[in-house]
Amino acid sequence: MASYSTNEFKGGLKVMLDGDPCSIVENEFVKPGKGQAFNRVKLRNLKTGRVWERTFRSGESLESADVMDREMEYLYNDGEFYHFMEPESFEQHQADVNTVGDAAKWLKEQDICVVTLYNGAPLAVTPPNHVILEIAETDPGVRGDTAQGGTKPATLVTGAVVKVPLFLEIGDSIKVDTRSAEYLGRAKED
Amino acid sequence: MSDFSVWQPTAPLENLRRRAALLADIRRFFSERQVLEMDVPILSRRATSDPHIDSITANCSGEPAYMATSPEFGLKRLVAAGIGDCYYLGKAFRNGEAGGRHNPEFSMLEWYRVGWDDHRLMIEVGELLSWVLRIPQVRSYSYRALFLQHVGLDPHRASFAELKDAVARVLELSFEPAGRDECLDLLMSHHIEPRMDGDGGDRITLVYDFPATQAALARVEVDELGVPVARRFEAYVKGMELANGYWELTDAPEQQRRFEADHRFREAQGKPVYPFEERLVQALEAGLPNCAGVALGFDRLLMLACGARRIDEVIAFPIDRA
Repeated sequence: MASYSTNEFKGGLKVMLDGDPCSIVENEFVKPGKGQAFNRVKLRNLKTGRVWERTFRSGESLESADVMDREMEYLYNDGEFYHFMEPESFEQHQADVNTVGDAAKWLKEQDICVVTLYNGAPLAVTPPNHVILEIAETDPGVRGDTAQGGTKPATLVTGAVVKVPLFLEIGDSIKVDTRSAEYLGRAKED
Repeated sequence: MSDFSVWQPTAPLENLRRRAALLADIRRFFSERQVLEMDVPILSRRATSDPHIDSITANCSGEPAYMATSPEFGLKRLVAAGIGDCYYLGKAFRNGEAGGRHNPEFSMLEWYRVGWDDHRLMIEVGELLSWVLRIPQVRSYSYRALFLQHVGLDPHRASFAELKDAVARVLELSFEPAGRDECLDLLMSHHIEPRMDGDGGDRITLVYDFPATQAALARVEVDELGVPVARRFEAYVKGMELANGYWELTDAPEQQRRFEADHRFREAQGKPVYPFEERLVQALEAGLPNCAGVALGFDRLLMLACGARRIDEVIAFPIDRA
Protein backbone atom coordinates (compact mmCIF):
# COMPACT_ATOMS: atom_id res chain seq x y z
CA MET A 1 0.00 0.00 0.00
CA ALA A 2 1.15 3.52 -0.77
CA SER A 3 2.57 5.74 1.94
CA TYR A 4 2.79 9.51 2.22
CA SER A 5 5.65 11.60 3.57
CA THR A 6 5.00 14.60 5.86
CA ASN A 7 5.62 17.01 2.99
CA GLU A 8 2.70 15.40 1.10
CA PHE A 9 0.31 15.70 4.05
CA LYS A 10 -2.55 17.99 3.20
CA GLY A 11 -6.13 18.51 4.24
CA GLY A 12 -8.36 15.56 3.33
CA LEU A 13 -5.55 13.00 2.82
CA LYS A 14 -6.55 9.64 4.34
CA VAL A 15 -3.85 7.86 6.33
CA MET A 16 -3.52 5.14 8.96
CA LEU A 17 -2.50 6.17 12.47
CA ASP A 18 -2.37 3.76 15.41
CA GLY A 19 -4.38 1.27 13.35
CA ASP A 20 -7.25 3.64 12.65
CA PRO A 21 -8.11 5.43 9.42
CA CYS A 22 -7.70 9.19 9.76
CA SER A 23 -8.22 12.22 7.62
CA ILE A 24 -5.61 14.99 7.78
CA VAL A 25 -7.12 18.28 8.91
CA GLU A 26 -4.04 20.49 9.08
CA ASN A 27 -0.29 20.16 8.62
CA GLU A 28 2.05 22.80 9.99
CA PHE A 29 5.79 22.77 9.20
CA VAL A 30 7.72 23.76 12.33
CA LYS A 31 11.45 24.36 12.15
CA PRO A 32 13.63 26.36 14.49
CA GLY A 33 16.22 28.11 12.30
CA LYS A 34 19.08 26.08 13.73
CA GLY A 35 17.04 23.13 14.92
CA GLN A 36 15.35 20.04 13.67
CA ALA A 37 12.33 20.13 11.37
CA PHE A 38 8.98 18.80 12.57
CA ASN A 39 5.45 18.62 11.24
CA ARG A 40 2.65 19.37 13.65
CA VAL A 41 -0.37 17.57 12.27
CA LYS A 42 -4.05 17.55 13.15
CA LEU A 43 -5.88 14.39 12.12
CA ARG A 44 -9.49 13.36 12.45
CA ASN A 45 -9.97 9.74 13.45
CA LEU A 46 -12.63 8.61 10.99
CA LYS A 47 -13.92 5.91 13.32
CA THR A 48 -14.46 8.07 16.39
CA GLY A 49 -14.57 11.55 14.88
CA ARG A 50 -12.00 12.69 17.45
CA VAL A 51 -9.32 15.13 16.34
CA TRP A 52 -5.75 14.22 17.30
CA GLU A 53 -2.72 16.46 17.30
CA ARG A 54 0.51 14.66 16.63
CA THR A 55 4.06 15.84 15.96
CA PHE A 56 6.15 14.02 13.36
CA ARG A 57 9.76 14.36 12.34
CA SER A 58 9.78 15.93 8.89
CA GLY A 59 10.26 13.18 6.35
CA GLU A 60 8.41 10.52 8.36
CA SER A 61 5.64 8.80 6.48
CA LEU A 62 2.27 7.17 7.11
CA GLU A 63 0.53 4.45 5.18
CA SER A 64 -2.41 5.55 3.15
CA ALA A 65 -5.79 4.37 4.40
CA ASP A 66 -8.04 2.49 2.00
CA VAL A 67 -10.79 5.03 2.52
CA MET A 68 -12.98 6.46 -0.21
CA ASP A 69 -16.03 8.61 -0.40
CA ARG A 70 -18.80 7.30 -2.67
CA GLU A 71 -22.08 8.90 -3.62
CA MET A 72 -24.87 6.41 -2.93
CA GLU A 73 -28.64 6.34 -2.89
CA TYR A 74 -30.21 5.71 0.49
CA LEU A 75 -32.70 2.86 0.04
CA TYR A 76 -34.34 1.94 3.34
CA ASN A 77 -33.85 1.01 6.97
CA ASP A 78 -34.82 -2.57 7.89
CA GLY A 79 -34.89 -1.86 11.61
CA GLU A 80 -31.29 -2.95 12.12
CA PHE A 81 -29.35 -1.75 9.09
CA TYR A 82 -29.49 1.17 6.73
CA HIS A 83 -29.16 0.12 3.11
CA PHE A 84 -27.39 2.15 0.42
CA MET A 85 -26.85 1.53 -3.28
CA GLU A 86 -24.16 2.71 -5.67
CA PRO A 87 -26.18 4.29 -8.51
CA GLU A 88 -24.02 3.00 -11.36
CA SER A 89 -23.09 -0.53 -10.30
CA PHE A 90 -26.26 -1.08 -8.22
CA GLU A 91 -23.96 -2.58 -5.61
CA GLN A 92 -25.57 -2.41 -2.18
CA HIS A 93 -23.99 -1.70 1.21
CA GLN A 94 -25.47 -1.92 4.68
CA ALA A 95 -24.45 0.24 7.62
CA ASP A 96 -25.42 -0.11 11.26
CA VAL A 97 -26.79 2.62 13.53
CA ASN A 98 -23.35 3.52 14.94
CA THR A 99 -21.92 3.99 11.47
CA VAL A 100 -24.78 6.17 10.30
CA GLY A 101 -24.73 8.15 13.55
CA ASP A 102 -26.27 11.61 13.44
CA ALA A 103 -26.79 11.42 9.70
CA ALA A 104 -29.82 9.17 10.35
CA LYS A 105 -32.06 12.07 11.18
CA TRP A 106 -31.60 13.55 7.70
CA LEU A 107 -31.87 10.41 5.58
CA LYS A 108 -34.81 10.27 3.22
CA GLU A 109 -35.29 7.33 0.92
CA GLN A 110 -33.86 7.90 -2.57
CA ASP A 111 -31.72 10.86 -1.49
CA ILE A 112 -28.09 10.76 -2.61
CA CYS A 113 -25.60 10.90 0.25
CA VAL A 114 -21.88 10.24 0.68
CA VAL A 115 -20.89 6.90 2.19
CA THR A 116 -17.27 6.67 3.33
CA LEU A 117 -15.94 3.15 2.72
CA TYR A 118 -13.00 1.76 4.69
CA ASN A 119 -11.61 -1.47 3.26
CA GLY A 120 -14.83 -1.67 1.28
CA ALA A 121 -17.23 -1.39 4.26
CA PRO A 122 -19.18 1.72 5.32
CA LEU A 123 -17.33 3.76 7.95
CA ALA A 124 -19.42 6.93 7.97
CA VAL A 125 -22.39 8.50 6.22
CA THR A 126 -22.65 12.16 5.30
CA PRO A 127 -26.10 13.44 4.33
CA PRO A 128 -26.49 15.89 1.43
CA ASN A 129 -25.78 19.48 2.52
CA HIS A 130 -29.36 20.44 1.65
CA VAL A 131 -32.39 18.18 2.06
CA ILE A 132 -36.08 18.65 1.48
CA LEU A 133 -38.22 17.08 4.20
CA GLU A 134 -41.83 17.17 5.32
CA ILE A 135 -42.92 18.52 8.70
CA ALA A 136 -44.43 15.70 10.77
CA GLU A 137 -45.26 17.65 13.86
CA THR A 138 -45.42 21.28 14.92
CA ASP A 139 -47.69 23.76 16.68
CA PRO A 140 -50.52 25.12 14.53
CA GLY A 141 -49.48 27.83 12.10
CA VAL A 142 -50.02 31.49 12.83
CA ARG A 143 -51.41 33.07 9.69
CA GLY A 144 -50.46 36.51 8.51
CA ASP A 145 -47.23 36.43 10.47
CA THR A 146 -44.85 35.86 7.60
CA ALA A 147 -42.94 39.10 8.10
CA GLN A 148 -42.15 38.72 11.77
CA GLY A 149 -39.04 36.88 12.84
CA GLY A 150 -40.59 34.40 15.30
CA THR A 151 -39.80 30.68 15.11
CA LYS A 152 -41.09 27.42 16.58
CA PRO A 153 -39.68 23.90 16.67
CA ALA A 154 -40.84 21.45 14.01
CA THR A 155 -40.17 17.71 13.95
CA LEU A 156 -39.51 16.41 10.46
CA VAL A 157 -40.56 13.01 9.12
CA THR A 158 -37.00 11.72 9.58
CA GLY A 159 -36.92 12.76 13.26
CA ALA A 160 -34.80 15.90 13.00
CA VAL A 161 -36.00 18.96 14.90
CA VAL A 162 -35.60 22.30 13.16
CA LYS A 163 -36.62 25.84 14.05
CA VAL A 164 -39.07 27.08 11.45
CA PRO A 165 -41.11 30.26 10.91
CA LEU A 166 -44.46 30.39 12.71
CA PHE A 167 -46.66 30.18 9.59
CA LEU A 168 -45.59 26.64 8.59
CA GLU A 169 -47.95 23.69 9.06
CA ILE A 170 -47.78 19.93 9.38
CA GLY A 171 -47.36 18.48 5.89
CA ASP A 172 -45.36 21.43 4.51
CA SER A 173 -42.06 20.53 2.85
CA ILE A 174 -39.04 22.60 3.80
CA LYS A 175 -35.43 22.89 2.71
CA VAL A 176 -32.83 22.47 5.50
CA ASP A 177 -29.05 22.77 5.70
CA THR A 178 -27.96 19.51 7.38
CA ARG A 179 -24.61 20.94 8.60
CA SER A 180 -26.23 23.60 10.78
CA ALA A 181 -29.84 22.23 11.02
CA GLU A 182 -30.88 25.60 9.70
CA TYR A 183 -34.20 26.22 7.94
CA LEU A 184 -33.48 27.57 4.45
CA GLY A 185 -36.96 28.03 3.03
CA ARG A 186 -40.16 26.42 1.90
CA ALA A 187 -39.71 23.79 -0.75
CA LYS A 188 -41.41 24.99 -3.92
CA GLU A 189 -41.67 21.67 -5.74
CA ASP A 190 -44.21 18.97 -4.83
CA MET B 1 -7.27 28.91 -4.90
CA SER B 2 -8.58 28.04 -8.34
CA ASP B 3 -6.35 26.87 -11.13
CA PHE B 4 -7.28 29.70 -13.45
CA SER B 5 -5.66 32.31 -11.21
CA VAL B 6 -2.24 30.71 -10.65
CA TRP B 7 -0.52 33.33 -12.80
CA GLN B 8 -1.37 35.92 -10.18
CA PRO B 9 0.73 36.79 -7.11
CA THR B 10 -0.41 35.13 -3.88
CA ALA B 11 0.39 38.33 -1.97
CA PRO B 12 -1.97 41.32 -2.03
CA LEU B 13 -0.39 44.19 -3.99
CA GLU B 14 -0.63 46.33 -0.87
CA ASN B 15 1.78 43.94 0.91
CA LEU B 16 4.16 43.98 -2.06
CA ARG B 17 4.24 47.79 -1.91
CA ARG B 18 4.97 47.46 1.80
CA ARG B 19 7.82 45.08 0.92
CA ALA B 20 9.44 47.73 -1.26
CA ALA B 21 9.07 50.33 1.51
CA LEU B 22 10.53 48.02 4.15
CA LEU B 23 13.54 47.18 1.97
CA ALA B 24 14.17 50.92 1.60
CA ASP B 25 13.67 51.54 5.34
CA ILE B 26 16.18 48.85 6.32
CA ARG B 27 18.77 50.20 3.90
CA ARG B 28 18.25 53.66 5.40
CA PHE B 29 18.59 52.26 8.95
CA PHE B 30 22.02 50.83 8.14
CA SER B 31 23.15 53.70 5.99
CA GLU B 32 22.51 56.10 8.88
CA ARG B 33 24.61 53.84 11.11
CA GLN B 34 27.47 53.57 8.63
CA VAL B 35 26.98 49.85 8.04
CA LEU B 36 27.86 48.99 4.45
CA GLU B 37 25.71 46.86 2.14
CA MET B 38 27.72 43.97 0.68
CA ASP B 39 26.94 41.58 -2.13
CA VAL B 40 28.12 38.02 -1.62
CA PRO B 41 27.57 34.94 -3.83
CA ILE B 42 24.30 33.07 -3.61
CA LEU B 43 25.75 30.39 -5.89
CA SER B 44 28.82 28.80 -4.37
CA ARG B 45 31.09 25.77 -4.67
CA ARG B 46 30.86 25.32 -0.89
CA ALA B 47 27.86 24.89 1.32
CA THR B 48 26.68 25.04 4.89
CA SER B 49 27.59 22.22 7.23
CA ASP B 50 24.65 22.97 9.53
CA PRO B 51 23.22 19.70 10.88
CA HIS B 52 19.62 20.70 10.14
CA ILE B 53 19.85 22.85 7.02
CA ASP B 54 19.86 21.32 3.54
CA SER B 55 21.24 23.11 0.49
CA ILE B 56 19.74 23.22 -2.97
CA THR B 57 22.24 21.81 -5.44
CA ALA B 58 22.71 23.43 -8.83
CA ASN B 59 24.96 22.61 -11.71
CA CYS B 60 27.45 25.21 -12.85
CA SER B 61 29.78 24.44 -15.78
CA GLY B 62 29.24 20.74 -15.21
CA GLU B 63 30.23 20.85 -11.55
CA PRO B 64 27.95 20.90 -8.52
CA ALA B 65 27.33 24.28 -6.95
CA TYR B 66 25.09 25.20 -4.03
CA MET B 67 22.53 27.92 -3.45
CA ALA B 68 23.58 29.85 -0.35
CA THR B 69 21.58 29.03 2.77
CA SER B 70 22.80 32.33 4.26
CA PRO B 71 25.41 34.99 3.37
CA GLU B 72 27.40 34.14 6.51
CA PHE B 73 30.59 32.75 5.00
CA GLY B 74 30.94 35.53 2.44
CA LEU B 75 30.31 38.30 4.95
CA LYS B 76 32.73 36.87 7.51
CA ARG B 77 35.44 36.57 4.87
CA LEU B 78 34.85 40.26 4.09
CA VAL B 79 35.00 41.18 7.78
CA ALA B 80 38.27 39.23 8.07
CA ALA B 81 39.52 41.11 5.01
CA GLY B 82 38.87 44.38 6.85
CA ILE B 83 35.62 45.73 5.36
CA GLY B 84 34.26 46.63 8.83
CA ASP B 85 30.56 46.78 9.75
CA CYS B 86 28.52 45.33 6.89
CA TYR B 87 25.21 43.77 5.92
CA TYR B 88 23.54 41.69 3.24
CA LEU B 89 19.91 42.04 2.26
CA GLY B 90 18.95 39.50 -0.36
CA LYS B 91 18.00 35.95 -1.18
CA ALA B 92 18.88 32.73 0.62
CA PHE B 93 17.71 29.17 -0.11
CA ARG B 94 16.95 26.17 2.06
CA ASN B 95 15.90 22.85 0.62
CA GLY B 96 12.69 21.27 1.84
CA GLU B 97 11.58 24.22 3.96
CA ALA B 98 8.05 25.09 2.92
CA GLY B 99 5.01 25.91 5.01
CA GLY B 100 3.11 28.75 6.63
CA ARG B 101 6.34 30.48 7.72
CA HIS B 102 8.82 29.00 5.24
CA ASN B 103 9.51 29.20 1.54
CA PRO B 104 12.60 27.45 0.10
CA GLU B 105 13.65 30.78 -1.46
CA PHE B 106 13.42 33.65 0.98
CA SER B 107 14.94 37.01 1.81
CA MET B 108 17.43 37.40 4.58
CA LEU B 109 18.97 40.36 6.32
CA GLU B 110 22.30 39.57 7.93
CA TRP B 111 24.71 42.03 9.51
CA TYR B 112 28.03 42.13 11.36
CA ARG B 113 29.29 44.58 13.95
CA VAL B 114 33.02 44.67 14.57
CA GLY B 115 34.10 44.95 18.22
CA TRP B 116 30.63 44.08 19.51
CA ASP B 117 29.49 41.04 21.50
CA ASP B 118 26.10 39.30 21.44
CA HIS B 119 24.56 41.53 24.12
CA ARG B 120 25.53 44.73 22.32
CA LEU B 121 24.08 43.41 19.08
CA MET B 122 20.86 42.32 20.82
CA ILE B 123 20.27 45.99 21.66
CA GLU B 124 20.53 46.93 18.00
CA VAL B 125 18.23 44.06 16.94
CA GLY B 126 15.70 45.37 19.48
CA GLU B 127 16.06 48.89 18.05
CA LEU B 128 15.53 47.77 14.47
CA LEU B 129 12.49 45.62 15.35
CA SER B 130 10.95 48.30 17.57
CA TRP B 131 11.32 50.85 14.82
CA VAL B 132 9.90 48.67 12.02
CA LEU B 133 7.09 47.08 14.02
CA ARG B 134 6.33 50.04 16.31
CA ILE B 135 6.55 47.78 19.35
CA PRO B 136 8.38 49.69 22.09
CA GLN B 137 8.69 46.86 24.60
CA VAL B 138 11.82 44.69 24.35
CA ARG B 139 12.52 41.92 26.85
CA SER B 140 15.51 39.62 27.22
CA TYR B 141 15.53 36.20 28.84
CA SER B 142 18.20 33.58 29.08
CA TYR B 143 17.31 30.25 27.48
CA ARG B 144 17.49 28.78 30.97
CA ALA B 145 15.05 31.35 32.43
CA LEU B 146 12.48 30.58 29.72
CA PHE B 147 12.68 26.84 30.36
CA LEU B 148 12.45 27.31 34.10
CA GLN B 149 9.38 29.48 33.64
CA HIS B 150 7.50 27.40 31.05
CA VAL B 151 8.78 23.85 31.55
CA GLY B 152 10.14 23.91 35.09
CA LEU B 153 13.54 22.49 34.09
CA ASP B 154 17.08 23.76 33.72
CA PRO B 155 17.74 23.01 30.04
CA HIS B 156 21.50 22.81 30.55
CA ARG B 157 21.41 20.37 33.44
CA ALA B 158 18.24 18.29 33.01
CA SER B 159 18.87 14.69 32.01
CA PHE B 160 17.63 13.20 28.74
CA ALA B 161 15.02 11.22 30.72
CA GLU B 162 13.72 14.37 32.45
CA LEU B 163 13.50 16.20 29.14
CA LYS B 164 11.69 13.27 27.51
CA ASP B 165 9.15 13.30 30.35
CA ALA B 166 8.66 17.03 29.92
CA VAL B 167 8.01 16.55 26.19
CA ALA B 168 5.57 13.72 26.87
CA ARG B 169 3.60 15.93 29.25
CA VAL B 170 2.88 18.55 26.62
CA LEU B 171 3.05 16.82 23.23
CA GLU B 172 1.96 13.68 21.43
CA LEU B 173 4.78 12.43 19.26
CA SER B 174 4.86 9.85 16.48
CA PHE B 175 8.47 9.01 17.40
CA GLU B 176 10.82 8.52 20.33
CA PRO B 177 13.08 11.60 20.79
CA ALA B 178 16.65 10.70 19.92
CA GLY B 179 18.50 13.03 22.26
CA ARG B 180 18.51 16.05 24.54
CA ASP B 181 18.69 18.56 21.71
CA GLU B 182 15.68 17.10 19.95
CA CYS B 183 13.69 17.41 23.20
CA LEU B 184 14.87 20.99 23.64
CA ASP B 185 13.89 21.86 20.05
CA LEU B 186 10.45 20.32 20.56
CA LEU B 187 9.83 22.17 23.82
CA MET B 188 11.08 25.46 22.43
CA SER B 189 9.19 25.36 19.11
CA HIS B 190 5.94 23.72 20.22
CA HIS B 191 5.53 24.80 23.81
CA ILE B 192 7.56 27.89 24.70
CA GLU B 193 7.37 29.96 21.49
CA PRO B 194 3.55 30.12 21.47
CA ARG B 195 3.54 31.12 25.15
CA MET B 196 6.35 33.66 25.11
CA ASP B 197 4.11 36.71 25.01
CA GLY B 198 2.30 35.65 28.19
CA ASP B 199 -0.55 38.08 28.77
CA GLY B 200 -0.76 38.83 25.07
CA GLY B 201 0.70 42.33 24.88
CA ASP B 202 2.96 42.81 21.86
CA ARG B 203 6.62 42.72 22.71
CA ILE B 204 9.96 41.80 21.26
CA THR B 205 11.54 38.86 23.04
CA LEU B 206 15.28 38.22 22.91
CA VAL B 207 16.58 34.88 24.16
CA TYR B 208 20.30 34.42 24.87
CA ASP B 209 22.79 31.83 26.17
CA PHE B 210 21.72 28.76 24.22
CA PRO B 211 22.87 25.23 25.08
CA ALA B 212 26.52 24.68 24.18
CA THR B 213 25.43 21.75 21.98
CA GLN B 214 23.49 24.26 19.81
CA ALA B 215 26.34 26.73 19.41
CA ALA B 216 26.50 26.55 15.59
CA LEU B 217 29.10 29.26 14.84
CA ALA B 218 28.88 31.07 18.19
CA ARG B 219 31.49 31.17 20.93
CA VAL B 220 30.99 28.93 23.92
CA GLU B 221 31.66 30.62 27.27
CA VAL B 222 30.98 29.73 30.88
CA ASP B 223 27.94 31.53 32.32
CA GLU B 224 27.43 32.91 35.86
CA LEU B 225 26.42 29.44 37.13
CA GLY B 226 29.57 27.87 35.75
CA VAL B 227 27.78 26.16 32.85
CA PRO B 228 29.22 26.39 29.32
CA VAL B 229 26.67 28.14 27.11
CA ALA B 230 26.62 29.24 23.47
CA ARG B 231 26.83 33.02 23.13
CA ARG B 232 23.99 32.84 20.66
CA PHE B 233 20.66 34.68 20.73
CA GLU B 234 17.33 34.64 18.97
CA ALA B 235 14.59 37.23 18.55
CA TYR B 236 10.87 36.40 18.61
CA VAL B 237 7.76 38.45 18.02
CA LYS B 238 4.23 37.06 18.43
CA GLY B 239 5.68 33.59 18.92
CA MET B 240 7.51 33.72 15.59
CA GLU B 241 11.26 33.21 15.38
CA LEU B 242 12.71 36.20 13.55
CA ALA B 243 16.46 36.34 14.04
CA ASN B 244 19.46 34.31 15.17
CA GLY B 245 22.73 35.93 16.20
CA TYR B 246 26.17 35.06 17.56
CA TRP B 247 29.14 36.48 19.28
CA GLU B 248 31.17 35.03 16.47
CA LEU B 249 33.61 32.21 16.85
CA THR B 250 37.05 33.47 15.77
CA ASP B 251 39.07 30.37 16.67
CA ALA B 252 40.11 28.65 13.41
CA PRO B 253 40.95 25.16 14.77
CA GLU B 254 37.65 25.14 16.70
CA GLN B 255 35.81 26.17 13.52
CA GLN B 256 37.49 23.30 11.65
CA ARG B 257 36.47 20.86 14.42
CA ARG B 258 32.84 22.03 14.30
CA PHE B 259 32.66 21.63 10.53
CA GLU B 260 34.01 18.10 10.89
CA ALA B 261 31.61 17.26 13.72
CA ASP B 262 28.69 18.58 11.62
CA HIS B 263 29.78 16.37 8.74
CA ARG B 264 29.92 13.31 10.97
CA PHE B 265 26.45 14.10 12.29
CA ARG B 266 25.01 14.54 8.79
CA GLU B 267 26.66 11.35 7.59
CA ALA B 268 25.28 9.40 10.55
CA GLN B 269 21.80 10.79 9.85
CA GLY B 270 22.02 9.82 6.19
CA LYS B 271 21.77 13.46 5.12
CA PRO B 272 23.61 14.92 2.14
CA VAL B 273 27.11 16.07 3.05
CA TYR B 274 28.42 19.10 1.15
CA PRO B 275 31.98 20.38 0.79
CA PHE B 276 32.57 22.75 3.69
CA GLU B 277 33.97 26.24 3.37
CA GLU B 278 37.65 25.82 4.18
CA ARG B 279 38.13 29.43 3.05
CA LEU B 280 36.24 30.50 6.17
CA VAL B 281 38.71 28.53 8.28
CA GLN B 282 41.54 30.26 6.40
CA ALA B 283 39.92 33.67 7.05
CA LEU B 284 39.74 32.85 10.76
CA GLU B 285 43.39 31.78 10.70
CA ALA B 286 44.31 35.11 9.12
CA GLY B 287 42.28 36.79 11.86
CA LEU B 288 38.57 37.54 12.11
CA PRO B 289 38.20 40.60 14.33
CA ASN B 290 36.11 40.25 17.45
CA CYS B 291 32.57 40.70 16.13
CA ALA B 292 28.91 39.79 16.47
CA GLY B 293 26.55 38.93 13.65
CA VAL B 294 22.86 38.22 13.23
CA ALA B 295 20.56 36.90 10.51
CA LEU B 296 16.95 38.02 10.31
CA GLY B 297 14.14 36.58 8.20
CA PHE B 298 13.03 39.54 6.12
CA ASP B 299 9.79 37.93 4.89
CA ARG B 300 8.73 37.16 8.44
CA LEU B 301 9.46 40.71 9.51
CA LEU B 302 7.25 41.83 6.63
CA MET B 303 4.54 39.35 7.71
CA LEU B 304 4.50 41.01 11.13
CA ALA B 305 4.53 44.51 9.62
CA CYS B 306 1.55 43.62 7.37
CA GLY B 307 -0.31 41.48 9.92
CA ALA B 308 -0.04 38.52 7.51
CA ARG B 309 -0.60 35.01 8.82
CA ARG B 310 1.16 33.10 6.06
CA ILE B 311 4.41 33.80 4.25
CA ASP B 312 2.67 33.55 0.87
CA GLU B 313 0.78 36.72 1.78
CA VAL B 314 4.06 38.67 1.52
CA ILE B 315 5.88 36.83 -1.29
CA ALA B 316 4.60 37.50 -4.81
CA PHE B 317 5.33 34.07 -6.20
CA PRO B 318 6.09 31.39 -3.58
CA ILE B 319 7.55 28.07 -4.74
CA ASP B 320 4.21 26.63 -5.96
CA ARG B 321 3.84 29.53 -8.35
CA ALA B 322 7.48 30.30 -9.01
